[in-house]
Amino acid sequence: MLEWVAHRLPLRWTVGRTLLVVVLVVLVLAFLSIIKMNLVVNGLFLGSIIGLGAIGLSMIYGILKFANIAHGDYMTWGAYIAFFLLGTLLPHSTGFGPFTFGYTLFIALPLTMLALVATALILDRLIYRRLRRRGVSTVLLAMTSLGVAIALRGLVQVIWGAESEQYPRLSKLQYQLPMDVRIPPDWIFIAALTLILVLALYLFLTRSKMGKAMRATSDNLELARVSGINTERVVWWTWAIGAALAATAGVLLVVFQALLYPDMGWEILIPLFAAVILGGIGNPYGALAGALIIGVTAEVSTQWLTPAYKPAIAFGIMIVTLLLRPRGLFGVKD
Amino acid sequence: MVRLLPFGLLLGAVLLLSWLFDFKGARITDVALMAGIYAVFSLGLNVHWGFTGLFNIGIAGFFALGAYTAALLTIRPPNPLYEDYTFGGDLASRIEVGDLWFVVALLAAGAVCAIVALIIGYITLRLRDDYLAIATLGIAESVRLVFLNERWLANGSRALYGIPRFLGDVVSSKNYDYLYLGVVIVILVILYIAVERVIKSPWGRVLKAIREDEVTTAASGKNVFSFKLQSFILGAVIMGIGGALFAFRVGTVAPVTFEPLLATFVIWAMLMVGGSGNNKGAVLGAFVVWGIWTGTQELPGFLSDPYFRYVMIGLLIVVVILLRPGGILGEERRVSGQIERAEGAAPPEP
Repeated sequence: MLEWVAHRLPLRWTVGRTLLVVVLVVLVLAFLSIIKMNLVVNGLFLGSIIGLGAIGLSMIYGILKFANIAHGDYMTWGAYIAFFLLGTLLPHSTGFGPFTFGYTLFIALPLTMLALVATALILDRLIYRRLRRRGVSTVLLAMTSLGVAIALRGLVQVIWGAESEQYPRLSKLQYQLPMDVRIPPDWIFIAALTLILVLALYLFLTRSKMGKAMRATSDNLELARVSGINTERVVWWTWAIGAALAATAGVLLVVFQALLYPDMGWEILIPLFAAVILGGIGNPYGALAGALIIGVTAEVSTQWLTPAYKPAIAFGIMIVTLLLRPRGLFGVKD
Repeated sequence: MVRLLPFGLLLGAVLLLSWLFDFKGARITDVALMAGIYAVFSLGLNVHWGFTGLFNIGIAGFFALGAYTAALLTIRPPNPLYEDYTFGGDLASRIEVGDLWFVVALLAAGAVCAIVALIIGYITLRLRDDYLAIATLGIAESVRLVFLNERWLANGSRALYGIPRFLGDVVSSKNYDYLYLGVVIVILVILYIAVERVIKSPWGRVLKAIREDEVTTAASGKNVFSFKLQSFILGAVIMGIGGALFAFRVGTVAPVTFEPLLATFVIWAMLMVGGSGNNKGAVLGAFVVWGIWTGTQELPGFLSDPYFRYVMIGLLIVVVILLRPGGILGEERRVSGQIERAEGAAPPEP
């Protein structure tokens, strides 16, 4: 039924070409010591975390057609659910293998994903589904998600307070790599997990029936519906994948910056949207590529600007994208 | 003008009540002042969202630009020993317009917002609806970051202070709040009448047509992009004036004032509760929500927890959208009302 979808490879060759050019330019600049390699590496790790969030956001944008402003706060909730599990529910444990965190994180992470998926589905059932059935405009849906975002963040502050917290951790020495690059051991975990999840998502979207249905719905909702696809189920799967990735991104962000606080998700919202728009709305791989570009640019910018301006850099990239190529680097024409 | 009478009576009643109740220490003047200033923002947002359907979630950006413009234009030049910023306009002593410097500052605040709105609108309004939301969010955050980090510009997190008072030498400082409440109400009424006029004009009807159906409006020969841009600028100017009013009220501006909660979200809640698409609703919503916001500070236990009220603001927006999309007042049906009058028919069920 959906063979025609399968023929459309998700990775167009322009993706590879553009990325290749970007990577080459960055490498040349780094070798010439114009930019610090250390910052480039930092940016890649930060970018992969932004990417996990942006993939889900882009898929929700593509399939449900609205900008989910609460996505950053889903990430915050992921971070705090894991914080609750690690700090309160599970036994205290730190310093598992080379990492600063304990083995409990491997238990807490899947539980957090499940909890956030459940939350996202309940919110959809309670709020978004009703509005979808009423046929409201996508802007009103985005407006609603703004309300959800405010409430979710307020709830974090009511439950856990406004101060910054940490996962239980044991300080470890950083790995020293050539070209003055230092990597905390935890970042290996971040890279490995991101790779696994992106690969799994790729296989899901290209091989499974539901994945193909999701891509078809993203391309053309009406056509998907008349082809017999249960679009309501597609919507649920989209929320589930988006929430699971957001939970992971939230937890990984805490591992990355060794800190969690209620505003963390709201602050990363601009980079998330910048990545989605740069990559082309509805294109998960584009979102990941966009996130890596934004992560590296934002980190490298700290060589000249105060780090506080990182969100403004992401915003600047977004504005330039909107000016030059509104459909994004890898987006299809409307 | 006759239709404005109940509105004027309402505001007069607010003034009178505030004057009466302040003797009992209830600080109603303070609440009414802030609600009046928020009503200006709510009117501006109503132009954006209520009439044109422009999704601006960066009110804080225009709020900050307006407040900082007014502050920088009117404060005294800095003392380099204690202060980091380099520019202070000292408008009151530099230009010879008497107390009208206040109006100049308000207009300048509006003008700065107009320029920023022109740039942002020009880039995003041709594109998908929700790009504007993301862009305004970005501009609000960027504006806040600039004012926070560029200490030479506006003293950074140490705040600008010593913003002069309009007509500050006319009454004693004990009674100044009443005077300024009067000023705010006069400006609010002027803006209200202006927005009502503009929305009732053919220009305003085009905005509503765009909100309802962009394609049909374009097919009728209207330049949708241009109308959206004009509406976006008009709303931004009103927000800038609101920001200036705020700066003159509090006397200090700091980046922390322009965090999204009290500079964007609360205003959204006001408009949604009052009734988007209805200017009376926009003003009413500002007074209702701000009244609840400050009223609940006195409640016992977790009810007065600021973060709990944070949750409530979010829930309020969601609940209004789900259960009563029109808010308290809902939109007045103007053109369709004329049709019914012409046909002499009973209004159909909404």
